[in-house]
Amino acid sequence: MELIEAIILAVLAASTPLLIAATGELVTERSGVLNLGVEGMMIVGAACGFAGAWLTGSIFIGALFGIVAGTLMSLVFALMTLGLAVNQVATGLALTILGIGLSGLIGAGFVGERITPAVHLHIPGLTDIPLIGRVLFGEDAFVYFSLALIVGVWWFLYRTRPGLILRACGDNHVSAHALGYPVLRIRTFAVMFGGACAGLAGAYLPLAYTPFFIPGMTAGRGWIALALVVFSSWRPGRLVVGAYLFGAVTILQLHAQGWGVGVPSQLMSALPYLATVIVLVLLSRARTGGSTAPAALGTVFVPDR
Amino acid sequence: MQLVLEKRAERSNTIALVSPLIAIGLTIVTMVILFAILGKNPLLALHAYFIAPLTDSYSLQEIAVKATPLVMIAIGLSLCYLANAWNIGAEGQFLIGAVAGSWIAVKTQGTDAGAWVLPVMFVLAAAAGALYALIPAICKVRFGASEILTSLMLVYVADLFLDYLVRGPWRDPNGFNFPTTAEFDPVATVPLLIEGGRLHLGSIIALLVVAAVAILLGRTIKGFEIRVVGAAPRAARFGGFNSNQLILLTFAVSGALAGLAGIIEVAGPVGHLQPGISPGYGFTAIIVAFLGRLNPLGILIAGLFLALTFIGGEQAQIAMKIPLDVTKVFQGILLFYVLACDSLILYCFKLVFPNRQVARGAN
Repeated sequence: MELIEAIILAVLAASTPLLIAATGELVTERSGVLNLGVEGMMIVGAACGFAGAWLTGSIFIGALFGIVAGTLMSLVFALMTLGLAVNQVATGLALTILGIGLSGLIGAGFVGERITPAVHLHIPGLTDIPLIGRVLFGEDAFVYFSLALIVGVWWFLYRTRPGLILRACGDNHVSAHALGYPVLRIRTFAVMFGGACAGLAGAYLPLAYTPFFIPGMTAGRGWIALALVVFSSWRPGRLVVGAYLFGAVTILQLHAQGWGVGVPSQLMSALPYLATVIVLVLLSRARTGGSTAPAALGTVFVPDR
Repeated sequence: MQLVLEKRAERSNTIALVSPLIAIGLTIVTMVILFAILGKNPLLALHAYFIAPLTDSYSLQEIAVKATPLVMIAIGLSLCYLANAWNIGAEGQFLIGAVAGSWIAVKTQGTDAGAWVLPVMFVLAAAAGALYALIPAICKVRFGASEILTSLMLVYVADLFLDYLVRGPWRDPNGFNFPTTAEFDPVATVPLLIEGGRLHLGSIIALLVVAAVAILLGRTIKGFEIRVVGAAPRAARFGGFNSNQLILLTFAVSGALAGLAGIIEVAGPVGHLQPGISPGYGFTAIIVAFLGRLNPLGILIAGLFLALTFIGGEQAQIAMKIPLDVTKVFQGILLFYVLACDSLILYCFKLVFPNRQVARGAN
């Protein structure tokens, strides 16, 4: 019983950064922009988030630092791809390379430092319910926020007019432009939202997942978040399922190593990455009938005047 | 008043030539600011980065040694990128090549195996790199899975596989438990060009690769097909070019070159297989490919330049305690400027003073 509870808690914690980063990228891609720099924005968010929390002693301010750092990174991306019409794939790669360098530079002074991690909710009575108490009422604020965020994004995309316009930009920027919508401005906001989410997701790692910063601590989570968006067919509901599935794979391989399963630990560590490849193949294969991706995803748009 | 992009009637060839230089200039200006923020004397730092490594023979050879894998990988990547296939997993193909080649070196260790060992290592490394690159390529053409994500995921898998081998079955029994194989035998080592120096046969191989790909792209039908598929997919379809086949081909060639670079690095400057044999060559090579304008000769120059930043970064760390991560920041910023300046080839900037009615839609 205790073990199952511990595993569920660990899965939720491992899934949360994936969910937050993927939610941001979902909105970005729905507007028609493919930002491959999620990993770079996350790792800078992690370094800045830890720096903020360590300097001020506040997890909240740390998270804000992460959000601002991720947003600034995404603005560079927006300037390049939307302002200068540069290839989005190449720019995303550049953002990741730059982010890894920057985070090393920012975080260098903080390696080996520790902070008090984010507190977990505690409601006397409710949190003490066996099995489900801690899972439902004993998480840190990030976990609840990530769920609120995805519900909010779903509501925004499918139940509001600006959400409809954003999706229109992603499916056909020429028509959206002809109707008079400022495509590039809308996309800039979508990219910034993606950056803010990636920064927050990165900050989650040193603020709540482990109470210290190590260089390269995102370990490819940004790329897995990108794969999750494909996995979800660009739909918020499936994104939650995907994020928790991947969190579960991550945690199960850790536990399997602990139980002394007779396979090399490196093979277990490779599981999340292998799972990503297999899932991408299976999904792409199942979808041969027609793509569900936003039709204008990744294409350059230069408005004619 | 606002700044807008306007498409040029045709590509500007002048800008195509000078844009990498503008990019390098802008990067250096940015670095001066960064050095100043870090509290280092910018002029001394620039000297340590770009001038000092050019002043002694050891550093010059070291630049050629570092440029070897960068150029070989970037040449392969340029073929992929020209064909609009996004192989970003060269780092993994490099590692798998290193592993496959090392297999022979480890198995023949201490035996009286002859001169055939090194050529076999090269062939095996190239084959393994090509096969490893074909995984994302096949997933792409057969199932439509994004090659960007799959090729990148396989980098982590290759890294863990190498780690497993040198901690497990291939660990040097006399290595004090360090995760490394024993030093390779002389027959399994890339020969040096100058006795007692650093320069090795690999640099010659890299030059041959540059020449071969220059001929492939400039003088053969295959090279023409690769360029057309990337630049004008519709025209390529009408021309009857098989774009799927070209994706497989370019991925296989780039994987083979990355794998070959991997074994040359391990059997050359490193001398044994261990984790951390690559300071991110596979990713830096992406920058090299773009800085060199996806052109073989350009890539050769760009590879030497980025090798200079690696060596300069090490010297700046020793002489001025500038963190090594500055080199990565430098490389990232450089790629940004290269891409931004490339935009000038197709577009020109115009300052416009719109009247209000038009302004709303144009934003």
